Amino acid sequence: MPGPVALLIEDELQMRRFLRAALESHAYQFVEATTARDGLAQAAGRNPDVILLDLGLPDGDGIDLTRRIREWSNVPIIVLSARGREQDKVAALDAGADDYLTKPFGIGELLARLRVALRHATPAAGEPEFTLGGLTVNFEQRRVTVDGTAVHLTPTEYKLLGVLIRHAGKVLTHRQLLKEIWGPNAVEHTHYLRVYMTQLRHKLESDAARPRYLLTEPGVGYRLNAE
Amino acid sequence: MTGRRPDPEALLERVREEERRAGRGRLKIFFGASPGVGKTYTMLEDARAKRRNSVDVVVGLVETHGRADTAVLLEGLDVLPRRSIDYRGVTLSEFDLDAALARRPAILLVDELAHTNAPGSRHARRFQDVQELLAAGINVYTTLNVQHIESLNDVVAQITGVAVRETVPDSIFDEADELEIADLTAEDLLQRLKDGKVYVPEQAMRAVDQFFRKGNLIALRELTLRRAAQRVDAQMRGYMREHGIRETWPAGERLLVCVGPNPASARLIRSGKRMATGLQADWVVMFVEAPGLRISASDREQLARNLQLAQELGAQTVSVGGVNVADEILAYAREHNVTKILVGKPTHPRWRDRVFGSVHDQLVRGSGHIDVYVITGEIDEPRRAPPRPEDRRVPVGEYLQAALILALCTALGLLVFPRYLTLTDVAMLFVLATGVVAYRYSRAPTVLAAFLAIVLFDFFFVPPRYTFAVSDARYVLTFAVMLSIALLISMLTLRVRAQAEMARARERGTAALYAMTRELAATRGVPELTAVAARHIHDTFGAPATVLLPAPGGGRGLVLPADEKERSVAQWVLDRGQRAGAGSDTLPAARGLYVPLATTTGTIGVLGVTPVDPRQFRDPTALPLLETFARQIAVALERDILADRTQREQLEIEAERLRTSLLSSVSHDLRTPLATISGAASSLLESAMAEPTRRELLRSILAESQRMNRLIGNLLDMIRLDSGSLQVNKQWQSLEEIVGVALIRLDERLRGRQVTVALPPDLPLVPMDEVLIEQVFVNLLENAARYTPAGTPIQISAAVVERAVRVDVADHGPGIPPGEEERIFEKFRRGTQDAGGGVGLGLTICRGIVTAHGGRIWAANRVAGGAIFHFTLPLGSTPPPSVPGEPGDE
Repeated sequence: MPGPVALLIEDELQMRRFLRAALESHAYQFVEATTARDGLAQAAGRNPDVILLDLGLPDGDGIDLTRRIREWSNVPIIVLSARGREQDKVAALDAGADDYLTKPFGIGELLARLRVALRHATPAAGEPEFTLGGLTVNFEQRRVTVDGTAVHLTPTEYKLLGVLIRHAGKVLTHRQLLKEIWGPNAVEHTHYLRVYMTQLRHKLESDAARPRYLLTEPGVGYRLNAE
Repeated sequence: MTGRRPDPEALLERVREEERRAGRGRLKIFFGASPGVGKTYTMLEDARAKRRNSVDVVVGLVETHGRADTAVLLEGLDVLPRRSIDYRGVTLSEFDLDAALARRPAILLVDELAHTNAPGSRHARRFQDVQELLAAGINVYTTLNVQHIESLNDVVAQITGVAVRETVPDSIFDEADELEIADLTAEDLLQRLKDGKVYVPEQAMRAVDQFFRKGNLIALRELTLRRAAQRVDAQMRGYMREHGIRETWPAGERLLVCVGPNPASARLIRSGKRMATGLQADWVVMFVEAPGLRISASDREQLARNLQLAQELGAQTVSVGGVNVADEILAYAREHNVTKILVGKPTHPRWRDRVFGSVHDQLVRGSGHIDVYVITGEIDEPRRAPPRPEDRRVPVGEYLQAALILALCTALGLLVFPRYLTLTDVAMLFVLATGVVAYRYSRAPTVLAAFLAIVLFDFFFVPPRYTFAVSDARYVLTFAVMLSIALLISMLTLRVRAQAEMARARERGTAALYAMTRELAATRGVPELTAVAARHIHDTFGAPATVLLPAPGGGRGLVLPADEKERSVAQWVLDRGQRAGAGSDTLPAARGLYVPLATTTGTIGVLGVTPVDPRQFRDPTALPLLETFARQIAVALERDILADRTQREQLEIEAERLRTSLLSSVSHDLRTPLATISGAASSLLESAMAEPTRRELLRSILAESQRMNRLIGNLLDMIRLDSGSLQVNKQWQSLEEIVGVALIRLDERLRGRQVTVALPPDLPLVPMDEVLIEQVFVNLLENAARYTPAGTPIQISAAVVERAVRVDVADHGPGIPPGEEERIFEKFRRGTQDAGGGVGLGLTICRGIVTAHGGRIWAANRVAGGAIFHFTLPLGSTPPPSVPGEPGDE
């Protein structure tokens, strides 16, 4: 059976060469575009399963491209960007991108993101229980256990954990989290998240200063480590 | 031939000198401009030459400073063992004076005359040792740098900015029997320094960069040569005195140009300059003021201009007073070894020479071995000044008082004549009275008094009495004498009075000038200097003054004064370098008087004075004084501007050095991983190799590329910090979260280490930029990982201290070298060179980020060992925002 189709929109030849080699050896079908315009055409014409989009395209704005694609498609989009451009990442994510990767990245990291994105694209299974390492959440009973010990969570903490689990492995921007939990009026109040995330970590993590599940994406948001 | 005989005083002095020197050793100094010019080397070479001639040469103490070429010269010479001195547990080795005295060599080498002996030695200073050796009859060779000469100490400190505490009295230098200069050009010396051939003491290391600048070295070298030349000059004068030689000694030419107070002298001065340049000679411009000379104010001004011109052309100027012009010139010429005298052609009529004697004639006849050149120009007594207009109107009171004195004299005469006195005595009385009037009052009352005296004397006393008739023609002579005496006294009195007045005025001017110069010397900064100058000129001349300078960076255009007409006058003065405005010959209609501020490099500005009375500066003494003020101001400003420029250049050099080190550092640090990557990749491409090797190469490619990535990240951060484009996006953040991110990012680098994080549970949220502060943690932790042994623990802790959160990152490594605690935050400073990895930017970036947050970062060594880095992040004045409560627990 043919593997999933990955569309790479990237202007750097070496980058394309590397990704082609890496992805094709991992059974992806690889399609590439070198400009935003070409990318948009390919996204429409080739019906990819996932799009890798470089934010630094010479001919256009990757964020705008994301928005254009989102007008008609829910295809997972992973943006590629350099460190120090956190605003761009947040803007792309808020515009509808699913995840991001900071250049330079390793192939392991890329494959993990791709897996998350593809899984996410498949309809949610609606399983009653979520397990990650020693952490278990039973949605029917609203019961959370860590290494078999029941943990008491406040309603907000539980809600926060639930949102993260629903998007497990995927980054969620501050804005997305705040909107989901406290409503659209709270999207600027990132300190709510700091406080609740700290509480949650102290309850779920063995060492809050070295979290295993609840990861911080500096300047962007949070991610539940799905692996 | 009296000139050939030494005068008794000098003879006595010479005898004393010889007595003092008898039995004394001779001192030879090897003299240099700075360390590294080869004094010791030259001394040793000289010593070896003496040794070859079987002279008993012994090395008392020579510092080779580990220089091989110097050490080689020591071979074959007797070297005295050094004496060890214990001082506070440290053993110092010193020159052994007693051993040297016991050994009694013919020549003893003692390096570094300015050295300070270790505590516990007999003398505090080495030159005292040397004096004792000389007194014992031992000849001494020694070395000395110019900066150690007492009188030049401050000059050197001014040039180099490095003060030297160890000084040697000038007398030792001047009384040395021989002097040899070890000379090296600045370029050669710098080359030697670069080649590591110059020894620099540990404690002076920091001063080295400051000291060994080319400009400094050139100045020091000039100073050295000049000081040596001065000494040679003094020596020759001493020799001539000893031998009663009055003729000059034809070594080096010296010119004497004789000028007077007239414009033609300028030509003479210029001719002198040309001749001096041609002969490469010193030259002196001289003016002799004979007492009979009456110099008008305008002449004095001309004279000042002439002497100023001479100074500008590089001459030394001398003004002397003396009865006979020619004698003074010749005396000065002999005293100062002048070889050529320049005088101008006479312009006065020949009969004057016949009557008064000719200066030229006397000069030529008395000149002996000195050449006398007569060239166009003149050495004339100044033209007789036009009669000076009466300075002030004579008050009527003076006439009345003069008349009263004569009346009293007449009354007295009538009382005593003819019973007690003869007619002649009465005449004397009248002469006395006119004398008194002449002494006390100005000329017109004196003339009045003289005539009154004649009339009164004639009317009341000369027979026939009570008539104006004169019986005897002899009395006419009496009248004439009376009149002459009165006028003579009056004239003399007036002259003395005028001179006293002039002297007082000059003294006032000098005092004012001195006050200003002193204050200018203590002032820094152009605005401050101009303010001081303006205040002093206002105080001295009573006229508001301003110093006008071209706007910085804006060419030569003046901005002030606001009045366009005045400004154009000032601009003219600036452009031409000549005075203009009120009270001068140029543009006299202007309200202000503008004087150029002239320096050696041109006119740097204009001094503007607005006189209350436009005639104020027509007073011939005021204008030269003002110009003297202007010169002093110009010098002070120039000094400041030069100092400023030097500083700027220094900054530029510093920036250049930084750029260079950035380039070399970056190119090295980027190329090293690149070399590994391309090397590994190309070998992977070309040869078939075993799988483990292949993986090994691939791993190193990966590691090196990650290292490059970190490096570039640091560089970019640095650039953002430097360019000021760093934006701090402060939000309420949890420190724990940021520490967590950093630890995860450095997971691999910190593997095998125990990193403990101890944050108080009640630590508040802190306003900060999470990405930037994470970078601070990453850099501090990477630093710890790099400079401490693998496996040693690292501790991170934090506490609230005075409205701020203080974070501590402690390691258990070797710690920071003492004294480096501050410097490690400088750019491109690495701990140990081969610690690998960084560019030396990590801590600089930390400081930049923390400072941008309003915090502080510093480092220290822990008592228990290892380094500790602290940084603070202010909590700000607003408390952290509240968080909505829970709707209620489940």
